[in-house]
Amino acid sequence: MNDRIGRLRDVTINLAHGGGGRAMRDLIEDVFVTAFDNPALAALEDQAVFPLADLARLGDRLAFTTDSYVVDPLFFPGGDIGTLAVSGTVNDLAMSGAKPLFLSCGMVIEEGLAVDILRRVAASMQRVAIDAGVSIVTGDTKVVERGCADKLFINTAGVGVVPPGVNISARRAQPGDVVIVNGFLGDHGAAILVARKQLALQSDIESDCAPLGSLVDAMLDACKDIHCMRDATRGGVATVLNEFAVSSGVAIRIQENALPIREEVKGACEILGLDPLYLANEGKLVAIVPAHAASSVLAAMHAHPAGTRAAVIGEVVAQPAGIVVLHTVFGGQRIVDMLTGEQLPRIC
Amino acid sequence: MKYVDEFRDPEKARTLTREIHRLVDRIVRDRGGLKRPLQIMEVCGGHTHSIFRYGIHQMLPPEVEFVHGPGCPVCVLPMGRVDDCVALAERPEVIFTTFGDAMRVPGSRKSLLKAKADGADVRMVYSPLDALAIARANPHREVIFFGLGFETTMPSTAMTVLEAHAQRINNFSLFCNHITIIPTIKAILDSPDLHLDGFLGPGHVSMVIGTRPYRFIAEHYRRPITVAGFEPLDVLQSVWMVLRQIAEGRCEVENQYGRIVPEDGNAQALSAIEQVFELREFFEWRGLGSIDHSGVRIRERFAAYDAERKFPVANLKIADPKSCQCGEVLKGVIKPQQCKVFGTACTPETPLGSLMVSSEGACAAHYRYARIDTSALFAHKAVTPGVVHPGAGA
Repeated sequence: MNDRIGRLRDVTINLAHGGGGRAMRDLIEDVFVTAFDNPALAALEDQAVFPLADLARLGDRLAFTTDSYVVDPLFFPGGDIGTLAVSGTVNDLAMSGAKPLFLSCGMVIEEGLAVDILRRVAASMQRVAIDAGVSIVTGDTKVVERGCADKLFINTAGVGVVPPGVNISARRAQPGDVVIVNGFLGDHGAAILVARKQLALQSDIESDCAPLGSLVDAMLDACKDIHCMRDATRGGVATVLNEFAVSSGVAIRIQENALPIREEVKGACEILGLDPLYLANEGKLVAIVPAHAASSVLAAMHAHPAGTRAAVIGEVVAQPAGIVVLHTVFGGQRIVDMLTGEQLPRIC
Repeated sequence: MKYVDEFRDPEKARTLTREIHRLVDRIVRDRGGLKRPLQIMEVCGGHTHSIFRYGIHQMLPPEVEFVHGPGCPVCVLPMGRVDDCVALAERPEVIFTTFGDAMRVPGSRKSLLKAKADGADVRMVYSPLDALAIARANPHREVIFFGLGFETTMPSTAMTVLEAHAQRINNFSLFCNHITIIPTIKAILDSPDLHLDGFLGPGHVSMVIGTRPYRFIAEHYRRPITVAGFEPLDVLQSVWMVLRQIAEGRCEVENQYGRIVPEDGNAQALSAIEQVFELREFFEWRGLGSIDHSGVRIRERFAAYDAERKFPVANLKIADPKSCQCGEVLKGVIKPQQCKVFGTACTPETPLGSLMVSSEGACAAHYRYARIDTSALFAHKAVTPGVVHPGAGA
C-alpha cells in the first residue's frame, strides 16, 4: 500500500493533519516515516509485528513501559522534547536491565504548530533512537484545536527484553549495599529553569538528556546482581532514594560532600532556594549494588561516556527504615524527604 | 558563579562548636546550673531554614535551644488575606502575580495554587518588576502584584510602584501585605509567657534598616542580639556571639553580618519605602493576632496603584483553625512537634497552619528535616560525640 511517499507542502499544522485523510497521510509519510526510517513503520500497518524467536534469543522476560512528555520550552540547551521522549522511555526500560528494542510514538499536536518544528523533533527522536539501538516502529498522530494542548505532547511506549539472571527491583536494597549515581545531578532541571527565561539568570548549563541502555549493559557486565536501579527524573535523586528506602524497608544515608553537582547548578539553586537533590535529571540513574561489587561497577561506569563522573554517594543501613538521611558538608544531618508538590522558589 | 563553600567549612564549624560548648559550660558553672535551657530566637525564617538544612541544632549542647521566630512572611499571613488574594485572582480581568512560595498557603476556601487550577490567571514571578512587565504586555488586563514580606522585599515593591508611576502604567496595582519586623519583636518581648534569653537578628531585613532599630531590645528589654548571616558558619558564629554576651552579662546589638549589613542600613532603599508606604494602625498576623503599626499600606499619593482601593477587598477576618498552635510555636512557648496536630492533621501535604507551608516555616522545616532523631545514625561521625539534641520524636 506504500505506493508513493506523500509530500507535505503546508508550513503549519491544521486540523486536517489529524483528520485521517490525505493531509494526515502526507504528514505521517513525509515527516515521521522519513525520519524514523525502518521497515516496520514504513509498512504503514496499524501495528508493528515482530517475531518472538528473535526476542527469546536476548532474554527470558519482556519489559514494557510508557511515558508522556510535556515540556516548556520544546527546545532547551542540551535537548528537546524529542530527545526526552526517546531517552526517557529507553531509560525506563533499561532500569530493569532490559535491552530496549522497540518504541511507539503518539503525537498530540496543537493546531498552528510549525511543520518545521515537528521535523526537528522527529530528527532528534531518530538520532537518539539510533544512539540507543531502538526502532520507532508504530505511531499515532492527533491534532487538537488551538488552546487545547500546549504546542506538542508526545507519548512513547517501549518494549525491551530482560536477560536471564537479572533481577532489579526497588525492593531489593539491603543493609551494606552502596548507592551510586552516574554523574552530575540536577542539570536538566536547572537547564529548563534557565531556558524558561523568567529568571534573569544566564548560564551554560545543558540538559543531561541521554539514553542509558549501553551504560546499564556495562554495569551488568561488571555485576549481574544490581539490586535497585531507577532514573532520577521528576523529583530527582531524593525521590528515587525515598522510593528505594520505603520499598525495601531500609534506611539510606548519603554524604553531601560526595554528591556530584556542578557549581553553576549549585549557584542557581542557592539563588532560587531550590535543592538540587530534587531537580529533574534526564540522563542520570541511581543504582544500589552489593558492596563487594561497588568498585567494579564504578570502574565500568567510569569507562563509559555516560558515567565518567559516576560516584558512590552513600550506603544502605537498616534503621530508621523508610528514611533517607543526608550527612551535611557542615557536619550535621537532616532527613531528605519526599517532595510536597512542586519545588517553589522562596520569597527572600 | 562562585560558590560559598568557605562559609560551610566543617573544620571551622568544629572549632566554633567547641567554643560554644566551652561558653555554655562557663554559663552553667557561673549560675550553679540551669533550671531550663537557654533559648535563642532566630527571628528570620531564612535562619530557620539554614539551621535545619545543615543540622546546626544538633551541634549545640543540650543547654541551648533555638526558638523559631515569626520572620517567615508567608507563615504569618492570616487566612483572611489569602482569601482576599483568591477573590482578587478570580476576577476575570485580573492577572494575579505572586512569589512562588505564597501559592500554597491555605485560605479558608482555597490556596492560590488551587485557584489557578480552577481557572484563575495566577502567575508566579521572581520580582515585582516581572509583574510590571506583564502589565505592559497586557494593556487590557489588570495586573495585581501580591506584595509580601518584611523590609527585605519592601524596597523592590516600592521601586516598582515608583516605576509604574513614572511610566504611567495604569493597569498595574499592588496588593500590599508588607509587614515590619520591629513592632513584632516588641510584641513578642511583651508577651507574658516569654523565656527568650537572646536573639539572632534578621540579616536581610537589617541590610535595609541597619542595626540601630534593634537597640531597644538590648537597652529596654535587656536581651542580647546578634544580627546574623545565613550561611551555616554565620549562624554558628552568631550563636557563639550571643552566648558570649550572656556569659559576660552584656546586652548589646552586635553585628556578625557586617559584610552585608551597614549600621545605618541602605538609604536609597529606605527612601523608596518612605516615599511609597506609610504605617497601618494595625495588621493581623497569623498566630500572633493584631499587632499595632506592624504593617504598611500605600500612601494616598500612589492610591491609583493600590489594589485595595482599586478593587473591592472584603478584608475578612478568619480565625485560625482551633486545633492550630502556630501562635505558641511562633512565640517559642512550645516546639513544633509539641503541637497537637503536628505530623498528624497538619503535614506539608495538608497544612492546617501556615508554619507547615513554607520551607522557612518552623513546622515544615522540623517535619521535613528533623522529625526523627537521626543523630544516632551518624554517631560515629558526629562533630561533638555524645551530644544528642533532645526531642524530635515523631
